[in-house]
Amino acid sequence: MSEHITEIVVFTLLFLLVSGMGFVAARWRAPKDMEHLDEWGLGGRSFGGWITWFLVGGDLYTAYTFVAVPALIFGAGAAGFFAVPYTIVIYPLFFLILIRLWSVSHRHGFVTPADFVRSRFDSPTLALLIAITGIVATMPYIALQLIGIEAVLKTMGVTGESVLARHAPIIIAFAILAAYTYQSGLRAPALIAFVKDTLIYIVILVAVIYLPYKLGGWGSIFDAAEAKFNASPNPNDGITLNANNQIQYITLALGSALALFLYPHSITGVLASKNRNVIKRNMSALPAYSFLLGLLALLGYAAIASGVKPLPGAREGTVDSNTVVPLLFDMQFPAWFAGVAFAAIGIGALVPAAIMSIAAANLFTRNIYKEYLRKDASPAQEAKVSKVTSLVVKVGAVACIVFLDPQFSIDLQLIGGIIILQTAPAVALGLFTRWLHRDGLIVGWVVGMSLSMWMLWQIPNAATGKAHFGGSAFPLSEFGFDTSRTIYVGFITVIVNLLVAAVVTLILRALKTPEGVDGTTQDDYFADEGDPRIDKDVAVATDRPSST
Amino acid sequence: MADPESPKAVPVARSDRSPWNWLLLIPIVLPVLTPLFNHDSPRLWGFPAFYWLQFLFILVGVVTTTIVFRMTRKR
Repeated sequence: MSEHITEIVVFTLLFLLVSGMGFVAARWRAPKDMEHLDEWGLGGRSFGGWITWFLVGGDLYTAYTFVAVPALIFGAGAAGFFAVPYTIVIYPLFFLILIRLWSVSHRHGFVTPADFVRSRFDSPTLALLIAITGIVATMPYIALQLIGIEAVLKTMGVTGESVLARHAPIIIAFAILAAYTYQSGLRAPALIAFVKDTLIYIVILVAVIYLPYKLGGWGSIFDAAEAKFNASPNPNDGITLNANNQIQYITLALGSALALFLYPHSITGVLASKNRNVIKRNMSALPAYSFLLGLLALLGYAAIASGVKPLPGAREGTVDSNTVVPLLFDMQFPAWFAGVAFAAIGIGALVPAAIMSIAAANLFTRNIYKEYLRKDASPAQEAKVSKVTSLVVKVGAVACIVFLDPQFSIDLQLIGGIIILQTAPAVALGLFTRWLHRDGLIVGWVVGMSLSMWMLWQIPNAATGKAHFGGSAFPLSEFGFDTSRTIYVGFITVIVNLLVAAVVTLILRALKTPEGVDGTTQDDYFADEGDPRIDKDVAVATDRPSST
Repeated sequence: MADPESPKAVPVARSDRSPWNWLLLIPIVLPVLTPLFNHDSPRLWGFPAFYWLQFLFILVGVVTTTIVFRMTRKR
């Protein structure tokens, strides 16, 4: 531990700095009345281009991504680079979708995707399913942020033998995070995101210039990686793709892209922006992070070239591949700069964790508490419930990591990405058409979810010795095709979901089943800043100087 | 700011339709065509084609979304 003292000091100082910022954030762009879900949960719906860029960037590109993607490249090579096409496709794909979602939410004061579905399809049941899917998909994602921090702490040697000693730093970090999120709401991660992203950009720029300089240039880094993969028995690794994993690469990139903006925390970031132009402009500014992610991913190869050996995992005989990048920094950088890099990753975990817990809390408040438990809840009560729920969510995430095998959270997050995709027909398609019947959407969701679970159950993982939930690459031979190609589970199941929803819609229509009343109008999908709002209690929130 | 309750003059039949939107298909389709970029050579600054081409596609995405944003901007 003593050899890491400089790193620990730098890490701790930066961590304390952002914690201070988190508490001060409550007074940043201070509202007249914080006791409103629009203020606590959406930062007053007033963020401009820059804040949105930092906030959404800090939200989508999480600490876990920053340690897990290079780890994947380290282990499997080109297949792990899917993160780049994934984050290229996402912005043009959602360009036209998000502005419609923003407009209709602005007009009606929707806080969550389930709010929209409730009003559009006139179905509290469908909204409940969307809300539960969102919460279930988000929870393990928060837990994974802790794994990001843990990878860094482990590398610095801040790990004890007992369960408590090992997890004490994470429990303290999350307690501080919980406290300032409770107080400042979405303003806290928005402000911290500035520091986090600045640190990340500096670290990566230095890393991609300095590391090749030390390791003999990018050419020899790639050659070292190629030599490693040639020597390995795994047929599917390598610095380019092979015939078997190309379909998986494409469908994983497309499926993940479609899923990302369906996650409640991404939608929270988008709805917090002040107008449509902020969103549109960010669709071309956010790819700067994709560039960063791509460079970071390649550090997995730099780790191969510099001979990094991942630290042992939680169970006997396993390795924790998430420690690959932290170890690389520890090995190659001077101690003080490694400290900065670790702080960047550690703080990087706090921003998304805060937004995710806010988003999950909002879903609970709006679509479960207000819908089923207390229909006449005032905005102040809503804000209160959300604040408390955000604490519960974080305690749950910490408990997941402390009491369960971390692998469990990783499996859940894998499932999470696939189940959140099952909300696409209602949320994404629902923004354009109401053709699908609400009950058809429910049946489609049920079938899509069941099929996803079955397919994931079937997938073994030879590397970790697991028989089930071993990954998201489904062998097409299971469907009777004579091939060793694989495909992304979510891609298949969302298509089946959609087909089932369409068929059931036709049947229900033939039976003349009531479709409910659309609570939105055509023009709602084009509303912009300054347009009148419909919900009376959010009208108060618009009456502020910054939104005129 | 005006009273939010007052019915403002909202332009009739607003729309996001624009022929420029078709440009958005380019950065969605390009990264999916793996045979196009799944090669080691030619290398650029030591990067195999697989990598630098996909970095280039990020740029294509930025350029197309910027064009669509500018061309469809209201006001």
